[in-house]
Amino acid sequence: MSVLLGKGTKVLVQGLGREGAFHAARMKEYGTRVVGATKPGKGGTTQDGIPLFDTVAQAVEATDANASIVFVPAQGARDAILEAIDSRIELVVAITEGIPVRDMVGIAAVLENVATTLIGPNCPGAITPGECKIGIMPAENFSPGAIGFVSRSGTLTYEIADLLTKAGLGQSTCLGIGGDPIIGLPTPDAVRLLNEDDATEAIVIVGEIGGAAEESAAEYMRAHGKKPAVAFIAGRSAPPGKRMGHAGAIVSGNQGTAESKVRAFEEADIRVANAPSEIPGLVKAALKGR
Amino acid sequence: MALGLSSASPVKLHEFQAKQVLARAGIAIPEGRVATTPAEVEAAARAMGSGPWVVKAQVHVGGRGKAGGIKVANTPAEARTHAEAILGMDIKGLRVEKVYLERAAKIAKELYLGITLDRDRRCPVVMLSTVGGMDIEEVAASTPDRIARRWPSPLLGLLPFEARALVFAAGVDAAQRDGVADIAQRLYRTYEETDATLLEINPLFIQEDGSVIAGDAKLDIDDNALFRQHELAKLREVAPDEAAEEKARGLGFSYVQLEGDVGIIGNGAGLVMGTLDAVRNAGGRAANFLDVGGGAKEEVVRAALEIVLANPRVRSVFINIFGGITRGDEVAKGILSVIAEAPPKVPLVIRLSGTEAEAGRKLLEGAPLISKATMDEAAAEAVRAARASR
Repeated sequence: MSVLLGKGTKVLVQGLGREGAFHAARMKEYGTRVVGATKPGKGGTTQDGIPLFDTVAQAVEATDANASIVFVPAQGARDAILEAIDSRIELVVAITEGIPVRDMVGIAAVLENVATTLIGPNCPGAITPGECKIGIMPAENFSPGAIGFVSRSGTLTYEIADLLTKAGLGQSTCLGIGGDPIIGLPTPDAVRLLNEDDATEAIVIVGEIGGAAEESAAEYMRAHGKKPAVAFIAGRSAPPGKRMGHAGAIVSGNQGTAESKVRAFEEADIRVANAPSEIPGLVKAALKGR
Repeated sequence: MALGLSSASPVKLHEFQAKQVLARAGIAIPEGRVATTPAEVEAAARAMGSGPWVVKAQVHVGGRGKAGGIKVANTPAEARTHAEAILGMDIKGLRVEKVYLERAAKIAKELYLGITLDRDRRCPVVMLSTVGGMDIEEVAASTPDRIARRWPSPLLGLLPFEARALVFAAGVDAAQRDGVADIAQRLYRTYEETDATLLEINPLFIQEDGSVIAGDAKLDIDDNALFRQHELAKLREVAPDEAAEEKARGLGFSYVQLEGDVGIIGNGAGLVMGTLDAVRNAGGRAANFLDVGGGAKEEVVRAALEIVLANPRVRSVFINIFGGITRGDEVAKGILSVIAEAPPKVPLVIRLSGTEAEAGRKLLEGAPLISKATMDEAAAEAVRAARASR
C-alpha cells in the first residue's frame, strides 16, 4: 500500500498545452495510467495517443479516471479544479503557479465538504515510486521503498529524493504539496496520511519558513506519531518580511520563523537536519533507534 | 493567530487611492484632494471652503504621524506651510512626493475595522475593535479581548448576523451599531472584489454628530490577481531599493537583495532557500536570493548572472542547479555567454545535477570556474573564494 496514488490510479490531464503534453508523455513513460485529457471542443479526438474529452464529467464517465493533474494557467485554474471536484475525482494535483489567494480560499472551503484531496497548487506533484507518478518531478531521482516524504518545495524535493535514493533509502510515497499560503493538502494532513500508511516506516518532513503548518504537524506527531520522523526547514537564514520566491515563504513578526518550527519538531522528538545532506544519516539513525 | 499578516509582495495603495475605493463601495470618507506642491495644497484648501484641514503624507510606510507626516491646519496659508514641511520629507527612507489634504473630522470616538487572510484557518478574518487609532498588533498584544473577530465563509461572504455579532462583541454604542455593521459588510465585499490581502480602516471615526467615517485606509492587493485587477495594477509603485527586484520580476524570476557577499543563483524557491542556508552553514553570508524558476533557458541564466554580478558587494557566485525541467546544458550556455563577453572579476562556483548535468559540465570544461559535486562542497568553496577575493 501507499497513500493517495498507486497502480490502480487512472489519471486525467486538464490542460494539455505545451507543458501539459510534455509531462503527460513523461508520466506515461513512467507507467502512470494516463487515460484521457480535457480539451473543450476537441472531444472524440486524440492527441499524442491520449483520448480527448470536452468535459471532465464525460472523461470520468468514459474512463473511470479517479485522479487528475491540472496544468491550466492561473486565470482558469480555479474553474478546472472545481470541475474535477464536481466530477468526484478522488485526487486532484494542481501544478499551476500564481493562483490568486481568493480563488484558493474558495476552493479550500469547498474541499471541506467533499471527498476530493487536492495536492498543490504551485507544486511538483506526487509519486509512489515504481507505481505511479502524477507530477513534473524527474523520476530517476526516486526509488521504491519505505520512506514517506512530504515537502513544500519543488527542486529541493528532487535533491532530497536523490540523496535518499543514493543512500539506499527508497520511498513509499512522496508528496510535493506546494509553496503557496493556501494549499489543498497542508503539511499536517500529509503527515497524517503517511503516519497511517502501513508501507511507510519513517517520515521525512521538508518545510519552509512562513505559516504554522510545520508546528501543527509536529504537534500531531507528538500526540499520534507511530514512526520516526526527520525534518528540514528551508530558509533558516532568511531575513523577516521578505518573500523568498514562494508566496508562502514570508516571515511576519514571530509568525512562521525557522526557530519556532525547529523548536516544535525538537519538542516532538523529531530531529531537524541542518542541511539536506544530513537527512539520510538522520533517517537511518532514527530507524535504528526505533 | 495571523493578525495583519500580509501576503507575498502585494500592490500597496496610498491612503487617497484606498479611500476612493471605499467611497465607491458607499463607505463615507472625509472630503479631500491630493496635491504634489504647496501651492496646490493652498488652492485646494481654499476651494474646499471652511477648515480645519489635515495635511497627510502619502507614502507606503506606517508611522507617518509619529514621523511628522500628518499635521492639522486652520487656514489655507497654514496648510501651505505644512505642505512645504511634509513634501520632500524622508520617512523611513521614502521621500514624500504627494500629500492628501482632507477636511478634519469632528472626532468623538475611534474604532478599528480590518480584514486580512488567516492562513491557519484558510479564510479571511474580519476584526473590529473600539480601541482604534493605534497599531492593531499592539492592541492584540496588550488587550486581545478588545478585538472582536469573525471568520466568514468565503462562499457566502460576511452575513448580516455575523456583522451584528461583531458590533455586539466589540461593544459598539447602540446608536452606531447598524452603521458600523453596514460598513463591515461593504468592506468585506470590497475585500473580495479587489482581491485584497489586507483592507483596513484605522481609525474608523465616530463623529460628534454620530456619523461614522473612515479616518484612514490601507489596501494591499494580491499580486497573483493583477490579471483581473487592471485598474489597481496600474497603481504599483517601485521603491528605489526594489529596482533590481522589479527588473528580475519582469524577466520572470525572483530576486531579493540581502546583506552578504556570496551571490546565489538556483532553480526553485526551496532549493535556493536551502542554498542560502548551506552558505550560512559554511560560515558565509548570501548576497541575494535568486530563483531562475523552472525550465530557464540560456538567456534567463545569462540575465540572472548579470544581475548578481552587478551587485558591488558580491565577492563570489554560487550557481546551484538541480535539473528537473531546467536543463544543465542551457545553464552552461548562459554562463559561457557571460564569460565570453566580460569575464567576471569574482570566482564562480557551480554545482550542476539532474537533467543534462553531464552535458552541461562538458560544455564548461576549461572555462574559468570551479565545479563541485555536492551542494555542501560548493557552498564551502564559494565562501572560501569570497573570503580570498575580499
